[in-house]
Amino acid sequence: MTTTVTEPAKTLEKGFVGQSIPRKEDRRLVQGQGTFFDDVRRHGMGYVHFVRSPYAHAKIISIDVSKALELDGVYGTITGDEVAIHTDPFFEMSVEPGGNIKDYALAVGRVRHMGEPVAAVAAATRELARDAADLIEVEYDELPVLVDAAESLRNEVILHDEAGSNVVWSGVFDWGDVDTALAEADHVVKIDKLHFHRFSSTPLECAGALVEYDKGTSEWTLHCNHQMPGVGAIWMAPALRTGIDKLRFVTQDIGGGFGNKICLHPQYVVLCLMARKLGRPVQWTEWRTDQHTANAHGNERWFLDVEVGVMADGTMTGFKVKALDDCGAFPRYEPLGCIIWAQVTPGLYGWRNIRVDFTQVCTNKSPVSPNRGYSRMQHLWLTERIIDIVAKELDLDPVDIRKRNYVQAEQMPYETPNGCVYDSGDYSAALDMVLELIDYGSIEARREEAASRGKLFGLGIGSTLDSGTNNFGQSTLLNPDLQFSGNNEAASVKLDIFGEVVVTLGTVPQGQGHETTTAQVVADILGCSPDQVNVRRGHDTWFNSHAGFSGTYASQFAFTGLGAVKGAAELVRGEMIQLAAAVLQAPPEAIELSEGFARIKDGPPEAALPFMALGAIINANNAFLPPDFNPTLNHRYVCRPYFGMVDTEKKTGKLTLTYAMQIHAAVVEIDPETGEVDVVDYAAVDDCGVRINPQIVEGQVHGATAHAIGAALHEDFVYDEEGTLLTANFYDYHVPHAMDMPPLKTGAMESPSPVAPLGAKGMGEGGGGGIHCICSAIQDALRAAGGAIVYDSCNPAHRVWSMLQDPQATRANVSVASK
Amino acid sequence: MAEPATSRTISVDVNGEQIEYDVPARRLLVHFIRDDLGLTGTHIGCDTGNCGACTVHVNGEAVKSCMLLAVQADGATIATVEGLAAEGELTALQQSFNEHHALQCGYCTPGMLMSATALLARNPHPSEDDVRYAIQGNICRCTGYVNIVEAVVGTGGQA
Repeated sequence: MTTTVTEPAKTLEKGFVGQSIPRKEDRRLVQGQGTFFDDVRRHGMGYVHFVRSPYAHAKIISIDVSKALELDGVYGTITGDEVAIHTDPFFEMSVEPGGNIKDYALAVGRVRHMGEPVAAVAAATRELARDAADLIEVEYDELPVLVDAAESLRNEVILHDEAGSNVVWSGVFDWGDVDTALAEADHVVKIDKLHFHRFSSTPLECAGALVEYDKGTSEWTLHCNHQMPGVGAIWMAPALRTGIDKLRFVTQDIGGGFGNKICLHPQYVVLCLMARKLGRPVQWTEWRTDQHTANAHGNERWFLDVEVGVMADGTMTGFKVKALDDCGAFPRYEPLGCIIWAQVTPGLYGWRNIRVDFTQVCTNKSPVSPNRGYSRMQHLWLTERIIDIVAKELDLDPVDIRKRNYVQAEQMPYETPNGCVYDSGDYSAALDMVLELIDYGSIEARREEAASRGKLFGLGIGSTLDSGTNNFGQSTLLNPDLQFSGNNEAASVKLDIFGEVVVTLGTVPQGQGHETTTAQVVADILGCSPDQVNVRRGHDTWFNSHAGFSGTYASQFAFTGLGAVKGAAELVRGEMIQLAAAVLQAPPEAIELSEGFARIKDGPPEAALPFMALGAIINANNAFLPPDFNPTLNHRYVCRPYFGMVDTEKKTGKLTLTYAMQIHAAVVEIDPETGEVDVVDYAAVDDCGVRINPQIVEGQVHGATAHAIGAALHEDFVYDEEGTLLTANFYDYHVPHAMDMPPLKTGAMESPSPVAPLGAKGMGEGGGGGIHCICSAIQDALRAAGGAIVYDSCNPAHRVWSMLQDPQATRANVSVASK
Repeated sequence: MAEPATSRTISVDVNGEQIEYDVPARRLLVHFIRDDLGLTGTHIGCDTGNCGACTVHVNGEAVKSCMLLAVQADGATIATVEGLAAEGELTALQQSFNEHHALQCGYCTPGMLMSATALLARNPHPSEDDVRYAIQGNICRCTGYVNIVEAVVGTGGQA
């Protein structure tokens, strides 16, 4: 592993921020002392098992639970009929037709994907619950199945009768003047079809919750692993016909999320209903096969009829595309994916003229949910495919064409054609750094050497962005009636009686190290050690340290999460200084906070108050304080970044705040006999502005890279024509193991964000750079064997082998019209 | 014909403590460890024996505890992650995981530690390839394994 760092630029004085201090979370986790939701027990709790549809599309004729209820130890059951009586359908974000879809917590009258829950049973043990589920008899009448988005678009079979169409949302985004740009271009490169496949991050801990209902207060407590409870509550409370104040979300340790734990509201509503109906706590732990079959896939997307304008010198003027997105059986978090991509409309490039005709449809497949790189990754893959296909067709150098078309460092901050602002970065310099890491100068020699061993050799580049912090106002570009805009996150900081610094977060970490980075920021502001800062584990609605959009998603902790922490810590700091000034009889500007003391700068050693004294005065020994002086040393702060309103006519606006950038490069060798791809060299350069904790940043780069390598080469949710998922668990859905991973080299640059509170940009999602560069590398390697075009984001051996057998089949998808 | 037994009393040594327990015959060892003994550091990440989050030591060998019935462990000596730092002092491997940032969400970590501890017991100075081979049955979705491998190699000779 190599780490290269450019000049660090800190917004805080030198302190703990910027240091790779070991994580505070680790001590409990390495001893098995973490508390994950499945570790929580309650007396008399029932274990829940869901009965799931074996069919992709069918009418439910009848459900008979009587045999299950006869089993000793079974506490009760619930079916769709009861759900339809006791709840309302979930709120839909789309306009018509998608907005008319009725999505209940359990299937009502009809199932629309394999694995869809149709009933649930609670029993005294896990085993008994499964036995009981087997005794629930469901009679189905099969219906025709839609597994292909293009077929779905024809509306010959309708999934949701209320909608009357399989289209969830459609609309055209048109920025600049793409028709003129294409007409004036020296070359127009056309690509008929590209396919971004279905996969997900498959967090190792499955979904679940333990739910308690308090009859006396009508309140539910969910010990859970929802990663976005603020929005989860917005879905759940109206469906349950209750107030948001009646839902308490508690998370502690969470075993990975990656966006896949955002759409848990259907199952959680079932648990709420059962806890209330049965008068006992109920617990549900999702099975791995169920997670793969019926929880959270990433969006599958087709890019059709792409046209790209290119000038003779390689400058690209813009492109147009029809995007067809497949969101599975229910929209859930969708149609937000129909706009989130627009945060990165031109990718890293200076294209001013872009038209995207976007349509999203339902199919008889698992619903989708946000998945690391959500919606932007698909679009960024398109931009990188465009670059490499254009380079290939026009015989341009893939490095030169990138540098020529990248947004340049001197253009920063750069406003995209749709009004987003790229805040900082030097993309060309990052590309140079990554090329150095993989020893670009030796590539042709290595290509020859590999050829001598009978291997096809390729180098690929993936340039990508990780846009951080959603402006939920972008949802109004899909549906002007939605009452969402902006974003927010909360935190509280207090100094307790014995001088303890206690921080509570609204964020819902799942491995990102928030306890550590928060402690680093607070320690610098309050003048103490991170060891002295107790950051409470997880999220609890009762902490009152949350806001409407609380959660960990959209690469926003560095901005909103730490922005809230910083705001609260500064309020406490201000009061500590005031208090110390009053006690030490000195002007406030003479007081410094350092090493756990408030003291007079350059004053005598005895002119110092330990934090304990400050905490004790305010909390326990305050009679002498004058009535007009009332510090609390306990502050909640909400970070509410300024976005301004979006323009729903032009479909423009600041859709996000920060743009971390990653450039990846992969070197692959392909066995021409088998199509097997071996990644033999790999490097990634990340620029996320100020790195609060470089080691944690690098860990996120490693993880995002592993996800991308898995997706590019193996991970694929494959359905047969009957809508049966063929890769329903880790046997068939191959995620990278230790022996699959190539050695990773990493490099870092720091271009501080001028807009972020700490100069730090969110960067955890990573933008799928590994998918882009591996597709690029495979295409480069195939140049020597027929010159196939890489048209799919997933390239397992069988697909590469097919491209080797019939390269012309892929080349027929591409054409060039030159002046 | 006699009714088949649906439960059985087993006797196991878990982290140095001798335990007798009446378990349902069909209960998986991992559920016995988690639900009956309350040792929740051992995790479950799949239902097919692929992920390794449930790895424990049975008679000194790293074993996926979802692939055994509890009754099959009768008479065995079992070690779980809770037994590694029995006196509260982290082992060299646990410390190395912390220093190398070898964990993010921490869900795979107990299984990783048990597989790596077994490796270090039989091979105190493993190479990077040795480590990758030894943990190939343990899936991590957060780290890309880079820092895990470094942490185990970096522990060489101290575990």
